[in-house]
Amino acid sequence: MIRILTGLLIAAALFPASLMAQDGPLRIEITEGVIEPLPFAVPGFVPDTPEAADTARQLTQVIAADLTGTGLFREIPSSAYISQITDFAAPVQYADWKAVNAQALITGAVGVSGGKLTVRFRVYDVFSGAELGNGLQFAGGIDGWRRMAHKVADAVYSRITGEGGYFDSRVVFVSESGPKNDRRKRLAIMDYDGANVQYLTDSSSIVLAPRFSPTGDRVLYTSYESGFPRIYVLDVGNVKRRVLQQTDGTMSFAPRFAPDGRTVLFSLEQGGNTDLYALEIASGRQTRLTNAPSIETAPSFSPDGKRIVFESDRSGSPQLYVMRASGGEANRISFGQGRYGTPVWSPRGDLIAFTKQNKGRFHIGVMRVDGSEERLLTASFLDEGPTWAPNGRVIMFTRETQGEGGRASLYSVDITGRNLKPVRTPDGSSDPSWSPLQN
Amino acid sequence: MKLVNKLLMAGAVLALAACNDPSGLGGSDGASAGAGVIGTGLPSDPTSVAYFQQAVGDRVLFAVDQSTISTQNQTVLDGQAQWLKANSDFNAVIEGHADEQGTREYNLALGARRANAVREYLISRGVAADRLKTVSYGKERPIEICSEEACYERNRRAVTVLSSGLTG
Repeated sequence: MIRILTGLLIAAALFPASLMAQDGPLRIEITEGVIEPLPFAVPGFVPDTPEAADTARQLTQVIAADLTGTGLFREIPSSAYISQITDFAAPVQYADWKAVNAQALITGAVGVSGGKLTVRFRVYDVFSGAELGNGLQFAGGIDGWRRMAHKVADAVYSRITGEGGYFDSRVVFVSESGPKNDRRKRLAIMDYDGANVQYLTDSSSIVLAPRFSPTGDRVLYTSYESGFPRIYVLDVGNVKRRVLQQTDGTMSFAPRFAPDGRTVLFSLEQGGNTDLYALEIASGRQTRLTNAPSIETAPSFSPDGKRIVFESDRSGSPQLYVMRASGGEANRISFGQGRYGTPVWSPRGDLIAFTKQNKGRFHIGVMRVDGSEERLLTASFLDEGPTWAPNGRVIMFTRETQGEGGRASLYSVDITGRNLKPVRTPDGSSDPSWSPLQN
Repeated sequence: MKLVNKLLMAGAVLALAACNDPSGLGGSDGASAGAGVIGTGLPSDPTSVAYFQQAVGDRVLFAVDQSTISTQNQTVLDGQAQWLKANSDFNAVIEGHADEQGTREYNLALGARRANAVREYLISRGVAADRLKTVSYGKERPIEICSEEACYERNRRAVTVLSSGLTG
């Protein structure tokens, strides 16, 4: 049976992870760290009409790239196939796919009519000889074909891993050009895989560290537009921006939304001292959360909004602390060697990602929220500023190379430390912030 | 009268100053913060911006992670204070900077500490507080680009950038 969905936006809810988890042996446990990627075949989706052929081909490629890009899956090349899929409705010849060792088989069909695109697909567990979940259809504008491919890949990923997907998501970041001593920065937004880059500001003033709202509709960032660093909020839809916080003689930076999207945490510097504040966007009411002569910055909420993790040098060097959302006493959670910064609470609530600097090297790492089980995922001359994929299984961050030609670019790595790879962007890039899954 | 002359001169060299600054000493290291950015004038004129930058010294350097004003820095800042008191038609924005070691956010806060340490010192030497603003660029505006201590030590700085007091 194929369920017909009219919108792009409903699919994920139809496949609760708990149901997927019972679907037989075809299953990847992400947390265990996958050493041998699961082989899959995704024969070109069948075009309903000749005019759908190009889209069908491109869509299939994006689905394959999404899955292989996780490091959890390996694509069987079509040159190895011993049978083709020419009719989406015809029964699958499991033996032919078993013979080429495809454990998962994804088939699909693509229709294009009057600027509208429909995509139908099915996922098969080849070695069990059964379909994994039900067939599904997405429909939408032809312009959204990449998103539809990501939706399909998210559904496949979800069914096989039992985890939420992350392909239908975006990243806001700082696009960089020019030499190190004359760096130009502007805000940009793109799909998670680096496609569809759009610029949100020009490079006439420094812009730093954009942060998505919990629904992905707004972006907080710091800009030197006024000559002094101040926090702005930008509407992603119409690219309009407004200053959110300004007090003469102060600097405001390091903003981050609360999970409800109504409050913003940030650092406010007055007289050389930096503390944490919360700002209610609607009323403009500002609450001071820390009051210490030390530097308090880089705050991040727990997903339930009850706690805040932040960076402070109150002990003499930058370390990570957790306190209640209302402020008050804070508990230090980082105790390893070196300096810790930019903590970010995982959307699942289980881990905190951070930047660590030790013996002249930088690392991206994760620890449990009580500071235990610290695990360093990367090492380089300069890695910093982690951001979580919507499913809390992958981290994107900035890596900057050493020396005169030093250049910043984006990388991603999974939480086991595997699958470290660059994210392709047109220019240099830094300060990524990963959106939630799109609706 | 003196001020008028200087502003005329400043206007005349403005076009040059904007593009002709091989020393790396001139003007603002970042975007123009605060009041109007001005021409540097001639270093032989003790009331000129160029004189302040080169003869008085417009910057002080800091140790790793520190914002303490060293004895050597005090001498430079004493000179800055004296100059600012003698040339009251200028205001200043003190720009704090950090080297590239450290996270973006922490370096912003650290640069602010440095800029503020300089501001406090100048105030303690008699410069009116309302003439001095601060801004931090963190690690965003290095002047030296190698990844060695020789460069880092020159990037860990606070620069006193003069601006015309008329609009400040």
